[in-house]
Amino acid sequence: MGLRVLAAMSGGVDSAVAAARIAEAGHDVTGVHLALSANPQSHRTGARGCCTIEDSRDARRAADVIGIPFYIWDMAERFQRDVVEDFVAEYAAGRTPNPCLRCNEKIKFAAVLDRALALGFDAVATGHHAKLVDGVLSRSVDQAKDQSYVLGVLTREQLGHAMFPLGESTKAEVREEAARRGLTVADKPDSHDICFIADGDTRGFLAKRLGSAEGPIVDQSGEVVGSHQGAHGFTVGQRKGLRIDRPAPDGRPRYVLSIEPVSNTVTVGPRSALEVTTITCGAPVWNGPSRRDDLTVQLRAHGEVYPCRFEERAGGLTIELDRPATGVAAGQAAVLYSGATVIGSATIVSAS
Amino acid sequence: MLPEAIEAMTAQLKRVGNASSLHAAGRQVRRVVEESRETIAAALGARPSEVVFTSGGTEADNLAIKGLYWARRPRKRVLISSVEHHAALDPAHWLAESQGAEVELLEVDEHGRVHPETLRAAIERDPDDVAMISVMWANNEVGTVQPVHVLAAIAHDHGIPFHTDAVQAVGQLPVSFSGSGADALTLTGHKIGGPMGAGALLLARGLTPVSVQHGGGQERDVRSGTLDAPAIAGLAAAVSTAVREQEALERRLVALRDELIRRVRDAVPDVVLNGDPVDRLPGNAHFSFPGCEGDALLMLLDAKGVECSTGSACSAGVAQPSHVLLAMGADAAAARGSLRFTLGHTSTREDVDRLIEVLPAAVERARRAGLG
Repeated sequence: MGLRVLAAMSGGVDSAVAAARIAEAGHDVTGVHLALSANPQSHRTGARGCCTIEDSRDARRAADVIGIPFYIWDMAERFQRDVVEDFVAEYAAGRTPNPCLRCNEKIKFAAVLDRALALGFDAVATGHHAKLVDGVLSRSVDQAKDQSYVLGVLTREQLGHAMFPLGESTKAEVREEAARRGLTVADKPDSHDICFIADGDTRGFLAKRLGSAEGPIVDQSGEVVGSHQGAHGFTVGQRKGLRIDRPAPDGRPRYVLSIEPVSNTVTVGPRSALEVTTITCGAPVWNGPSRRDDLTVQLRAHGEVYPCRFEERAGGLTIELDRPATGVAAGQAAVLYSGATVIGSATIVSAS
Repeated sequence: MLPEAIEAMTAQLKRVGNASSLHAAGRQVRRVVEESRETIAAALGARPSEVVFTSGGTEADNLAIKGLYWARRPRKRVLISSVEHHAALDPAHWLAESQGAEVELLEVDEHGRVHPETLRAAIERDPDDVAMISVMWANNEVGTVQPVHVLAAIAHDHGIPFHTDAVQAVGQLPVSFSGSGADALTLTGHKIGGPMGAGALLLARGLTPVSVQHGGGQERDVRSGTLDAPAIAGLAAAVSTAVREQEALERRLVALRDELIRRVRDAVPDVVLNGDPVDRLPGNAHFSFPGCEGDALLMLLDAKGVECSTGSACSAGVAQPSHVLLAMGADAAAARGSLRFTLGHTSTREDVDRLIEVLPAAVERARRAGLG
């Protein structure tokens, strides 16, 4: 007898194939589309995430083809509170959040999983590109599509009830399989960007939520070199859109080095000043095996991977990189790998 | 579908011809259409000329509500019960939003009934300005039967046309168009074992709503469009059979439904029965399960082979608290925790046994999952 599995179906190709594979493996699968937006838009405009009526219909259509029951769960309130408001609050505090990661942590493998378990399900399956074998999370065979980073924050308990059936396949293989299975979402464009910012204008979204307040842009010596309309519009490592009139003395491009929300100050400087080797993090989540060989850390989604060492201290983690990284932003997750296997993660507090 | 309806429909599918044509084939099809019209009229206490074929209940409701409003302009008031199906409620709201209508939702009591005094008081606030009145025969969610003939008589005291959506009533309750006093009555095929996409508006002679769709002038020039003869034949067979068997079905379903209600109450003592305890559709049992989300309960029961329904969903499929229950005074949580069991001509005692067997565990589990 198979497991009772809830397949979270976004309406995209990955989650449709994931659900189909689990059903084919003999599990008792129920498809659930998560309605995350209180006022869903009727049609998607370009490749912008997963909050439209069309997506819920695509998910239903896929469930019908697979031959599994399908329901829609209204998670709009939780999503608004735990993901959207968190996103805004993090920017207001000068940090750079990753809402997809937060959605996995607080919605898919918390609110949805809890409800699923209460209703008698054994596991929640998603179409994430990552491997999960006996509760151990590791990278997808498709390096370019690997999503183990945005799952690296999950606890052992959460991973224990998760299923990621796509980890051994490339995206191209998933699309081919969808076509073979008669799933009409086979050639639907990939979703990227932030699903709750429909037009992709994150800065405009934040300005609307947080208002604008003029503040100084200073260089490392503290000299004012420009002004901005709100520190929340910036991310560490950002180069474009600074609108500084005066060039740097050495003529080199300048980057955002830090954001200070209380004084509403953005500090800029040369690329070399962005380089960091010591990363200070909050309390770690150890969710993988205890092996410590071939240690690397990933510092943002689809970001570079750095060989490293780490040291645990009271309430936190310090990571020493073997070579410097740039654009390391507070609020992002540092996900630690041994080879391709996730061993744990922690939220970045500062870097130097 | 009823075998009689399938037979009538398939026989007609093999024939060519347009009922509006003058040639022999057209005449033959016309004969089928007109005989169907006569059959439906006879079964429902109407005259053949009072049967206007439509594509179903939604179209018939739209034609009655919009058409009568337009025909009676410059009167502006539309009085409609607060527990109507969206097929009636939404045309009325549309008239308010874009056609200058003043729509007044008639209040209901805790069982979902429109009291005659409520209607009378609403009319008398400005009787000369009332364009039309619409109150359904029986409610599709909670099953409450409305005092239609009393309400129609009140409307006629003031010379106001009265429409009733009887989609749920035909085949379940005795329905007579002339006996009800209504000026317009909606029925549809798929609720009585007939084809989907076929229905009718019974429309009193002398009443001419403005058309919603314009064209060839079929159906008294109020509903243009080539007649769907196979569907009409299937509809007539279904109406005829359903009405002939109505009394026996009602007797059987009332007994089965009352048993279901009694046993659900025994199994889940704090369950609340919604709708009128006596004057309700024979096949309808509608409950609120405190502390449960209707959708969760539906999923758990479906997994055990018991099929039931919650209220309606928005266009993205997100469950919405039922406007019917809210109008009856239920709070949003009770509205979300409700479930409808519908019994029909294929329902048996074994179905009720199966429900009672799986319900307590499902309720228990849904309660643990909470209201989300």
